[in-house]
Amino acid sequence: MASVCLYFHVHQPYRIRDYRIFDVGRPDYFQSEAGSRLSNPDILNKVADKCYVPANRLMLELLNTYPEFRVSYSITGVILDQLLEHRPDVIELFRQLVDTGRVELLSETYYHSLAALYSAKEFKEQVDMHRRKLKDLFNYEPRTFRNTEFIYNNDLAKQVHKLGYDVILTEGADHVLGWRSPNFVYAPPGQPNTKLLLKNYRLSDDIAFRFSSRDWADFPLTADKFGTWVSAINGSGDLVNLFMDYETLGEHQWEDTGIFDFMRQMPAEILKHPDNNFVTPAEAAERFSPTAELDVPDYISWADIERDLSAWRSNEMQHDALNKIYKLEKKVLKTDDAALIEDWRRLQTSDHFYYMCTKWFNDGDVHKYFNPYNSPYEAFVAYMNVLRDFEIRLKASTK
Amino acid sequence: MRVLMFGWEFPPHNSGGLGVACRGLTRALSNLEDMEITFVLPRRIPLLDNYMKIAFAELPGAQVKFREVDSLLTPYITSSIYADSLKYAGNGIYGADLIAEVVRYGEAARKIAEEETFDIIHAHDWLSFLAGINAKQVSGKPLVVHIHATEYDRTGGNNGHPGVIKIEKEGLEFADKVCTVSGYTKSIVMQEYGIADDKIEVVHNGIDESDISQAENALQTFSEISDGLNVLKDNGTKLVLFLGRFTVQKGADIFIQAAQRVLQYRPNTLFLMVGSGELEPQLINQAVKLGIGDKVVFTGFLRGKNRERIYSAADLFVMPSVSEPFGLVALESLLHETPIIISKQSGVGEVLEGAIKVDFWDVDQMVNMMVSVLEHSSLRNTLSQNGKQEALRSTWDRAAYRCKQIYKQLVAEQNLAYN
Repeated sequence: MASVCLYFHVHQPYRIRDYRIFDVGRPDYFQSEAGSRLSNPDILNKVADKCYVPANRLMLELLNTYPEFRVSYSITGVILDQLLEHRPDVIELFRQLVDTGRVELLSETYYHSLAALYSAKEFKEQVDMHRRKLKDLFNYEPRTFRNTEFIYNNDLAKQVHKLGYDVILTEGADHVLGWRSPNFVYAPPGQPNTKLLLKNYRLSDDIAFRFSSRDWADFPLTADKFGTWVSAINGSGDLVNLFMDYETLGEHQWEDTGIFDFMRQMPAEILKHPDNNFVTPAEAAERFSPTAELDVPDYISWADIERDLSAWRSNEMQHDALNKIYKLEKKVLKTDDAALIEDWRRLQTSDHFYYMCTKWFNDGDVHKYFNPYNSPYEAFVAYMNVLRDFEIRLKASTK
Repeated sequence: MRVLMFGWEFPPHNSGGLGVACRGLTRALSNLEDMEITFVLPRRIPLLDNYMKIAFAELPGAQVKFREVDSLLTPYITSSIYADSLKYAGNGIYGADLIAEVVRYGEAARKIAEEETFDIIHAHDWLSFLAGINAKQVSGKPLVVHIHATEYDRTGGNNGHPGVIKIEKEGLEFADKVCTVSGYTKSIVMQEYGIADDKIEVVHNGIDESDISQAENALQTFSEISDGLNVLKDNGTKLVLFLGRFTVQKGADIFIQAAQRVLQYRPNTLFLMVGSGELEPQLINQAVKLGIGDKVVFTGFLRGKNRERIYSAADLFVMPSVSEPFGLVALESLLHETPIIISKQSGVGEVLEGAIKVDFWDVDQMVNMMVSVLEHSSLRNTLSQNGKQEALRSTWDRAAYRCKQIYKQLVAEQNLAYN
């Protein structure tokens, strides 16, 4: 049997504007001029039009057409807030999706932060905030957890278990799996009741990265071909985890690449094989028992070829910025100043540190593609100038 | 492959980057297989014979052969007169002697071309273009002209000397291939001189680490400069360096402007102006008027160890050039692990990610970046680590390899045309 678990990550950060030293004194950190490369509403509208609206409609269509179809999402708190402000139509489409009862929503940190690496208390708070948000907006109680950028290790499994989740999504990283297949459910060491679902990065990246690549031997990727690859798993695996950014549909892969047509045809091609079906992560966890323990002592993630933390923590600038923001935790929380606390948390979003990455030579191009700043240095300078202002405000608010 | 190469100056008798670039390129070329260079200079420089021996000693197994044009008829021109003539370039005034010397160099080149055996001609900057053109006329061999700087760069696009521009155009049009030291310069050659895209190849300049002596050692040795600077640094003073000719082209006045505003945020900063040039009195005046006369130090022109000490001592190097075909000093700074801020109007930026790049006219952004670099050691360290790696990769070997490919292609094309 091959169960296909299709899961999308939906996120946009509050990007910091080109905040210069002369701007200290103005707490408008995230408000870029309309039309600038860093304008959050502009980017949100563009992505909503190219991806969220057409993709949500397509998923609704597929759910109506195929009773067996399932799809799952993790939608960060910061994008929910931005959608509520600028694109309530997208929220409405997500509601319709959730109302089908065949769409699972996942839990994660509200701010898509690296809090798990710095503060267990802050991590828990952000997960709870996100949980409350899903309850408010969709009347939904998540059962499955995914950490920011699939960052995961054994300790995180314990932390997440304490938060009440026993299904976790992460990367099927080669250096962790070795000869083993990502197409089974695993368990963390000593946690037999926790189910780990691992991304099949080959098949996922065939869609997310290689779909429109003319240099790729298998170009063009048709739904028929992809269905055959998935069916080939039968007998050697239970589960095919197709995990990717939602923006793959229409934003990373533009509409004219045929990505929407591919997705429209894919369910039928998968369901052609009588043993195939679709599952959500929670359904997969119910259906399959862990085949083995998976020991992950060091952090893994789904980023870059290294599949580690280096996208956010490899140069001194990144460490510096991260240490400084988390060092403020106690002082900030003590103020009870809602605006200050909200800014502090928005400044924790992992994207800020990703933009500061200077690993040029392998994944550099990907980083450049996803970097709205002219350079990692400009991202860092804007961030540190904001921190300078933030600390002045913090001082003024400290009781 | 035998190359007849025409230059103008050669270290240590050089006033600027042209001579440094010619040495770097010829040294790397001569290390390549099947490559023999005859390097022609316009005249016999005093000590040149000695120097040539020294040069050969520096180039073990090298195949570079020097020739001087025997030009008894020419007025005696020293490299300092050349420097003087450059000094006036900003006003578009050249000594008549310089143009005359260029013409005579060109005439003399005919005779050399008749005597020498070679497959290809390579001429560096307008000063040697007439020589290159004449050598091509005599021999029928393909001509490569190499653009290190244009009159457009030297004058900021205003009041270029018509005689110089005419020679530049002739060389560019007559050449079979044009090399430019950057994509930035290529675009100037296309836009200002009307040369076709596919005739121009970008050959980025390089730097050889062996040319830079070990900075740490240099700092340990006694020297007034390093001692004085070290005392300041121990007191927490940060040092910001400008190194280049004091001209409008190099943005020296922009540097002072930025300095005044940086000091508002970081009073404990000292700005070092290393070099000399026509703007010097004006710059001193500017600093005094801005009330930062005590924060800007004019050191004069520095060579050798002193230059290296100052690179090493600096916390930040700023190159705010208005128009910079390449900007080798940026790579020199990075080899000394000093982070750099350069203008976007600089060719060297094309080979560097480990640099902060700012439009020369955006003084706001320049100040913003300067303050941040001085403020955050994490930014300084990331910049200098990334930048140094890239500077180490920017070798002359890479440039020489590219030139050899161009030579081969031109020779092959010519053979094809004859057959």
